[in-house]
Amino acid sequence: MKKYLAALSVLLMIATPVVSQASPEEDLKNFRAYFKDRFKDVPVEDYINGVYAIDQASREQWEQYEEFPPYEIYISKGEEIFNKKFANGKSFASCFPNYKKGIKQNYPYFDEASGQVVTMEGDINKCLTDNGEEAFKWQKGKIAYVGAYIAYLSRGKTINVKTPSTPAALAAYNKGKQHFYAKRGQLNMSCADCHYNNPGNKIRADILSPALGHPSGFPVYRNSWASSDAGDGMGTLHRRYGGCNKQVRAKPFKPQSDEYKALEYFHTYMSNGLKLNGPSLRK
Amino acid sequence: MQDFIHNISTTVSVAALTACLGLATPLTANAADDADIAKGKELSFDRKKGNCLACHDIAGGSLPGNIGPPLVAMKSRFPEFDKLRAQIYDARKNNPDTIMVPFGAHAVLTDTEIDMVTKFIHTL
Repeated sequence: MKKYLAALSVLLMIATPVVSQASPEEDLKNFRAYFKDRFKDVPVEDYINGVYAIDQASREQWEQYEEFPPYEIYISKGEEIFNKKFANGKSFASCFPNYKKGIKQNYPYFDEASGQVVTMEGDINKCLTDNGEEAFKWQKGKIAYVGAYIAYLSRGKTINVKTPSTPAALAAYNKGKQHFYAKRGQLNMSCADCHYNNPGNKIRADILSPALGHPSGFPVYRNSWASSDAGDGMGTLHRRYGGCNKQVRAKPFKPQSDEYKALEYFHTYMSNGLKLNGPSLRK
Repeated sequence: MQDFIHNISTTVSVAALTACLGLATPLTANAADDADIAKGKELSFDRKKGNCLACHDIAGGSLPGNIGPPLVAMKSRFPEFDKLRAQIYDARKNNPDTIMVPFGAHAVLTDTEIDMVTKFIHTL
């Protein structure tokens, strides 16, 4: 018995992360190789389905829900808002001329001029304020609906975050990487603890999802976001980041803060080459 | 890996059960200890407190997680009570990268609560 337990604890020790100083390309390669090795039967393109890529029972349930997807009406609402004229007569199309072809695959990107990571949500609100309109709130509601519409038109496009190469872009990337691997909160857990070291394992009755593919399906409709307290189910990626941080009893950062934009940059870059499939449905 | 843990869990649960049934005298010294153990169990199962079931299978608990090893044969794994207590207080001492919550060091549980939880876990 002791022998088994000793072997077990050695296995668990090996599975701990090391934050390396590797280049983004090397990070991406290692990230991919790790998941490929961990879930040998899961094709890489299936990771866009989150936990449903690695757990058959949850997948079957999810596929049933997907027959009448609860996010569909929010795509329509998003379309309506997208096409509505601003007071100046323009509309969102003036800011996103290629929206019909799919544009979400290029987000986030690093803008050298401003020294900032630019997200889709950031550009949605920039479009509003540039046109004299009031910005949407960041986490749910209209921003998630318009995001869902843009994401829907981008379905099937390949995530194509440009590899950070300038010092400023690399600094943002490394900030995000640091966030991903750093322990935080009273519970002292990193993103990686659950979604890199333990995907497929259960935390109580919930199966932890793999970090690879996470950003592909946002904005999402989460059943746990559909209640009188939480809202209508829809939310952005940064809303989810805040929720994760709260779950480990850490103070969440603000949506669209430099911290979360940097995290999105790293997190999405790790999924480069996968297909977009948002909006999507999650538990 | 999951199967492996599950198999161990089953094997050891049976073993532990047999050992318990075979024992004629109670493991505890007195009524005060019994009360602490009962309270420790409550704290261990409480989601807002120890929430041990989030990661560990424990006899008597439902829907356990499997991130950590099942809590069985604890006296053979931790013959010394203090070592088990130290592991619960701050598991980072043994493994800086552990996912286990530093229950004492981060004040998730009070010292008294950790004593009671340790007493309960040591009975498993």
